[in-house]
Amino acid sequence: MRSLRARAIVAPAAFGIAVLVLWQLAVVVFNIQPFVLPSPVNIGVQFAQDLPIVWDGMIITGTNALIGFVLGALAAVVAAALAASLRFFDQLTQPIVTVAGVIPIIALAPVLYTMFGAGAETSRQVVAAIAVFVPVYLNTLRGLRQVKPVHRDLMRAYAASRWQATRTVTLPGALPFVFTGLRIASSLAVISALISEDFGGPIDGLAPSISSAAAYSNYTLAYAFVLGAILLGLTFYIVTLALEKLATRHSPLPNERPVVRT
Amino acid sequence: MTTPAVTASSVSKSFAVKGGSVSALEGIDLEVAAGEFVSLIGPSGCGKSTLLRLIADLDQPTSGTVTVFGKTARQARIDQNYGIAFQQAGLLAWRTVGQNIELPLELHRVAKPTRRARVAELLDLVGLTDFADRYPEQLSGGMQQRVAIARSLAESPELLLMDEPFGALDEMTRERMQNELVRIKHETGAAVVFVTHSIPEAVFLSDRVVVMSPRPGRIQEVVPVRLGATGERDENLREATNFFSTVRAVREALHGVPVAESAARGVDIR
Ligand SMILES: Nc1ncnc2c1ncn2[C@@H]1O[C@H](COP(=O)(O)OP(=O)(O)OP(=O)(O)O)[C@@H](O)[C@H]1O
Ligand SMILES: [Mg+2]
Repeated sequence: MRSLRARAIVAPAAFGIAVLVLWQLAVVVFNIQPFVLPSPVNIGVQFAQDLPIVWDGMIITGTNALIGFVLGALAAVVAAALAASLRFFDQLTQPIVTVAGVIPIIALAPVLYTMFGAGAETSRQVVAAIAVFVPVYLNTLRGLRQVKPVHRDLMRAYAASRWQATRTVTLPGALPFVFTGLRIASSLAVISALISEDFGGPIDGLAPSISSAAAYSNYTLAYAFVLGAILLGLTFYIVTLALEKLATRHSPLPNERPVVRT
Repeated sequence: MTTPAVTASSVSKSFAVKGGSVSALEGIDLEVAAGEFVSLIGPSGCGKSTLLRLIADLDQPTSGTVTVFGKTARQARIDQNYGIAFQQAGLLAWRTVGQNIELPLELHRVAKPTRRARVAELLDLVGLTDFADRYPEQLSGGMQQRVAIARSLAESPELLLMDEPFGALDEMTRERMQNELVRIKHETGAAVVFVTHSIPEAVFLSDRVVVMSPRPGRIQEVVPVRLGATGERDENLREATNFFSTVRAVREALHGVPVAESAARGVDIR
């Protein structure tokens, strides 16, 4: 078991290192210019040198993603709880969520900038929140609806009240689904916050920094910002993955595939 | 005369399915006296689980009536007059073994110290004291079933409904649990409706064995077990001659024909 898990980490890590080494060799051997592709070592050095400004960008983009993530997730859980218990609310929200799941939310960004003012980060957070809402809502709702028949019978046999049944069976059973939704949403939050920066608004954050570094022909710096974006995305993913693992520790994994889209 | 634990009069149950309905039970008349042990036996799909669910008010009969201790099945459920162990253990994966057994006590607001003591008692009874803090996923199927049995006994109900509770157990544990059930029944004076696929198990445990036939589910025959009070049965009984003659009687009822003596010994009808 342990060796299996170790292999699951070692193999991709070794592969990643091999790719980096080949990349470095290719850049040196073929004398590739930085505007085509900087070497990993140069990107690393640049990243370390300019850590303060990359870090600033990560904090700004990360904060937007986080605020959007928390708001979107909270709204999604509340809405899913309502949809699970109120039929009319479910019928009301279903088409809206379906639409929200298929349209590119990012396209809303320019409209939102005029709505909230181009100097505010609000629109970026709203875009992230909407992107997060969809998978969390769908997975939570599925979780709330998957109560096993034998557990429903058990609650009925004990003459448990509705609230008791919800607390002892429905909610704990739905929890793994909620966390699966959160894990899927975490990457969407970062991506949405990042891309919406390119549609206007303040010129801080990682995406504008990448564009302006590239515009000033500082390609290595541009890649250092890209590295920052990658690290940000990974952080969100790993944290939510860890939370998911914690939540599903004692539950049989949700046997149905998580809902990514409607 | 005391009120019977269960009465079913002219009970039928059909399920609506795509393009019609299936009749699961038809014309069931059955009375289980207070403190009586009755086994239901019959081929797969003959409606044993369905009958148990009707008694437990988890389903309603299409026609006929079911009463439990003289009340409607619904009222008896609300009053918590029975304990039930399902065919699948149905444990909550996010609760430990101890917490699973504690569940009914918790739902019915039993004081915490009382709960603790009772859970310890039940864990000991099903031989899982060392596993109190484990989670169901860490247990074998048979152990999970024992947790479910302990849970059904938690509130010492006057009526126990058990759907193949020992099906997943190995022969040794199974006999031990059978002996324990005989003891519990004797101590609590509970009535038991017990579904099984094993003829010797049914005979060993019961005052009467109800043999059912399928499509639609009916009561084929009721075989009385005259082996002395169920509370006084012990290991020796498994070897007694009249034990085997009763096993044979049940087997004949199941097959509708006389069977050879040798074939009657230790048979599972699955
Ligand atoms: N919810 C349901 N919907 C439709 N048909 C059902 C339903 N529950 C049971 N049945 C049907 O009723 C019949 C009796 O089922 P039941 O589960 O009571 O059988 P059983 O005697 O317990 O069988 P087994 O020994 O395999 O557990 C079967 O034909 C089954 O298909
Ligand atoms: Mg059954």
